[in-house]
Amino acid sequence: MQQFHQTFFEESFEGLDIMENELLNLDVGNADSEVINTIFRSAHSIKGGSGTFGFTAVAEFTHVAETLLDEMRDGVRQVTQESVDILLKSVDVMRAMLTTLSDGGEMDVDNIASVQMELEQLLGTESNSSTTDEVSDSNNSDENSEGWLISFRPHVEMLRTGNDPVRMIYALTELGQVSTKADISDIPTFVDLNPEDSFLGWEITLKGDVKKEDIVEVFDWVEDECDLDIQPLINESKATTEETTTPEAVAAPSEIASKAKPTAAKKTAESASIRVGIDKVDEIINLVGELVITQSMLGQVGSEIGNADEHNSPYMEKLLEGLAQLERNTREIQESVMRIRMLPISFVFSRVPRLVHDLSSKLNKQVELVTTGENTELDKTVMEKIGDPMVHLVRNALDHGIETPDVRKAAGKSEMGTLSLNAYHKGGSIVIELSDDGAGINKERVLNKARSNGLVGENENLSDDAINDLIFHPGLSTAESLSDVSGRGVGMDVVRKNIKSLGGSVRVDSVEGKGATFTIQLPLTLAILDGQLVKVADETFIIPLVSIIESIQVKSANLSGIAGKAALYKLRDEYIPVIRAHNVFGMEDSNSSLEDRLMVVVEGDGAKAGIIVDDLLAQQQVVIKSLETNYKRVDGLSGATILGDGTVALILDISGVIDMFKTLSNSVPPSPVDPDGNGSDIAEKAA
Amino acid sequence: MSTTATELNSVINSELDSDADQFLTFVLGSEEYGVDILRVQEIKGWDSVTPIPNTPDYIKGVINLRGTIVPIVDLRQRFSMPEVEYGPITVVIVLKIECADRDRIMGIVVDGVSDVYDVPPEEMKDAPDFGNVVDTEFVRGLATVEEKMIIILDIDHLLSGNEIQATDKLGI
Amino acid sequence: MASILAVDDSASMRQMVSFTLKGAGYDVTEAKDGQEALQIAKSNSYNLVITDINMPIMDGITLTKELRSLPAYKFTPILTLTTESSGEKKMAGKQAGATGWIVKPFNPDQLLATVKKVLG
Repeated sequence: MQQFHQTFFEESFEGLDIMENELLNLDVGNADSEVINTIFRSAHSIKGGSGTFGFTAVAEFTHVAETLLDEMRDGVRQVTQESVDILLKSVDVMRAMLTTLSDGGEMDVDNIASVQMELEQLLGTESNSSTTDEVSDSNNSDENSEGWLISFRPHVEMLRTGNDPVRMIYALTELGQVSTKADISDIPTFVDLNPEDSFLGWEITLKGDVKKEDIVEVFDWVEDECDLDIQPLINESKATTEETTTPEAVAAPSEIASKAKPTAAKKTAESASIRVGIDKVDEIINLVGELVITQSMLGQVGSEIGNADEHNSPYMEKLLEGLAQLERNTREIQESVMRIRMLPISFVFSRVPRLVHDLSSKLNKQVELVTTGENTELDKTVMEKIGDPMVHLVRNALDHGIETPDVRKAAGKSEMGTLSLNAYHKGGSIVIELSDDGAGINKERVLNKARSNGLVGENENLSDDAINDLIFHPGLSTAESLSDVSGRGVGMDVVRKNIKSLGGSVRVDSVEGKGATFTIQLPLTLAILDGQLVKVADETFIIPLVSIIESIQVKSANLSGIAGKAALYKLRDEYIPVIRAHNVFGMEDSNSSLEDRLMVVVEGDGAKAGIIVDDLLAQQQVVIKSLETNYKRVDGLSGATILGDGTVALILDISGVIDMFKTLSNSVPPSPVDPDGNGSDIAEKAA
Repeated sequence: MSTTATELNSVINSELDSDADQFLTFVLGSEEYGVDILRVQEIKGWDSVTPIPNTPDYIKGVINLRGTIVPIVDLRQRFSMPEVEYGPITVVIVLKIECADRDRIMGIVVDGVSDVYDVPPEEMKDAPDFGNVVDTEFVRGLATVEEKMIIILDIDHLLSGNEIQATDKLGI
Repeated sequence: MASILAVDDSASMRQMVSFTLKGAGYDVTEAKDGQEALQIAKSNSYNLVITDINMPIMDGITLTKELRSLPAYKFTPILTLTTESSGEKKMAGKQAGATGWIVKPFNPDQLLATVKKVLG
């Protein structure tokens, strides 16, 4: 049985998710019966499965929840908020129990018992704590050592339910010694004889030490399709006219039936999807990664040979054709394989309704949740890691964003706040927007706090966007009081850090009094990226295309220095800091001047910067390899890749590079013209 | 790959099935060091590496070993010995390092490989304590083979833990 | 060998039923709901149909009715899998034309014994 456990757990967790979502969908007071049915069905499957696979505790608990659902389904019980809440709690309990069973650990027995008690109180019943069948009505199991006389008269239509009297008589032969007498008096004339009807009856004598309940069980299925009378055998001696049953004698109807069905059973297509361990998929992805590298290596060699070939050999042409075909095929394989790992964002969004439900009741707020774009797909790994930051943002929006009904009313808004979740694809990224129509960010409070913490100078003026961005700064929690909901020591800085570690970015737009929108941008996959190859000194680096705004040639007229060290570049109407990649990476820059150099304008975490490089090479898709596998994380790098010639190139982490640049600037002793020592982080402020 | 390396790879492969503790030895200057042969993945000739910025000098960089990114450590620099020009017999020994969380693959650059020796456990001697003069932390023991002293290295200690994985924060 | 169509929306139950029956030498085809089962049943023939009752799209009761209306399945044994201990659900199945039922939870031995009861 063990081999089915994994499947059972997976489908049960899915079933619990369905239950949870549908419970949240239930319109209390006017419940859709189809929704209740769906919830019931999930509970029912979990109960059936857990009973079958020996998880009796789960089966027993689920049974109670299922009973409640059954009453709702049958319309016996009203769907109340109370019952929905208890059922939601039950879902949690079941999930916890199954998690314990699948991953090991201790069951929280007290909690299980207390939720079960709540369920039972609601049901108004004492638990019989049993999911199994009630014991069959055998309380009067009068033992009879002699045997039984059974009168068995099937109704005319018994054969139509696929039941065959012969099978039952056969079954009796396994209990004891059987002799039968057929009653053929009901058989009509041949003209009226319908071969699909049953006209026979039997008087059956069963000898031996047989329990009555065992006989009843034989006829269990046809209880209402026959007249059955079972009497203890008293007088054995009068059984003289009996004939021993030959089952063939009564088998005629079933033979007719079996003729109607051809015997060959063809194999049919199995269901349309299969479950595969993610490790197998990852292995394929890795192998395809290798294939891409090999292919680009071959492509490079091929074009070199092609260029060197002076005789225009026909083989050469074929080789190049083949290589081009290989490139197409490889790309297609890679895309298909990547798609295997893609899942709709609804897996993350589906966690939100419950959260909103729980939080809004806890905070006494009214919140309507609107989700769009649930079918937008992204890589499973990215999805797994975006869940927690999303939850945090939702908490934040409900806790700090959306106001209580009276505050909203006073502000002329509807008492019901709205939280919207939206997802869509943009280029090679997925964008997730989370907006609320709450109070927005109180810029004054944020700024005051930042000033008092010394993050912002007293006389410094910041743009609205820059102030809003401060909420991602470590140690800036703007809640007036630490609430139970947010303020658990996990701040927005952690949200940003987690999103950054996925190669994504997060920013906030806010209008005071109107609400705030958090926009998360993430790569669709962590396995490949589109990159710009650049040369810095003798090394090739890769800048992710998503981080690049444009590449320009530096014009000295737009350059200006600050305090003789930091360089700023005027890009249209803004000033961006100029970062020499060489400096950040401790390499020698042979050219001391910045004039006419190539600069890649990049953006990371809402901060723009220009990175000076020595050359722009090709743009290409690269397979991301972790440096941590065999080494460790390195600041400013998000990984490495293998180029067509087999060498390793490092992939830049743009936000990391900008951070390093700031640290580098800060570590320089304050210059004399900057008495308060604040000027060195000018790059940050200008951004 | 140099001829020497190819030959040694075949030696390793042919002798792997022996029960005795076998060590691959290599030279750094005039000293001979040994590593557990079961940890040796392969021996390569020195080839160019991709340097990783802002890492200690002894981390030469990373190479592509059949699709895996493998860091390369210069053992001379690791031991603060004088640097030498890499030459035709300079080799990279690719080793499996057992770390707390998982195994890692790393390469070490040495002057050249020497031989493969059987060292019975009883002939392995503890290294004397040199105090602060010589760091014996990475020495598993000393063995004498053919009247030479061989320093048997504890490569897990040498190449894992704080030494390599969590190296100095950015020095700027 | 007798062929059996096993219908259940729960993959684990389906696997368990199928595994047990295949182990006993039966030829088993799986379907994940009534509609899929009906499609499969129409293009093949089976000696026995075992179906869960609560399923999305088409439940086991409807499936039973539909199958019984097909000439090829007029007498084919149809067993329902039910967790309902009350007679109500069992009877609903019977009224739709089911031969009998197997009460969940059951173990492989019970399943085989019941299947033997109708297939011999």
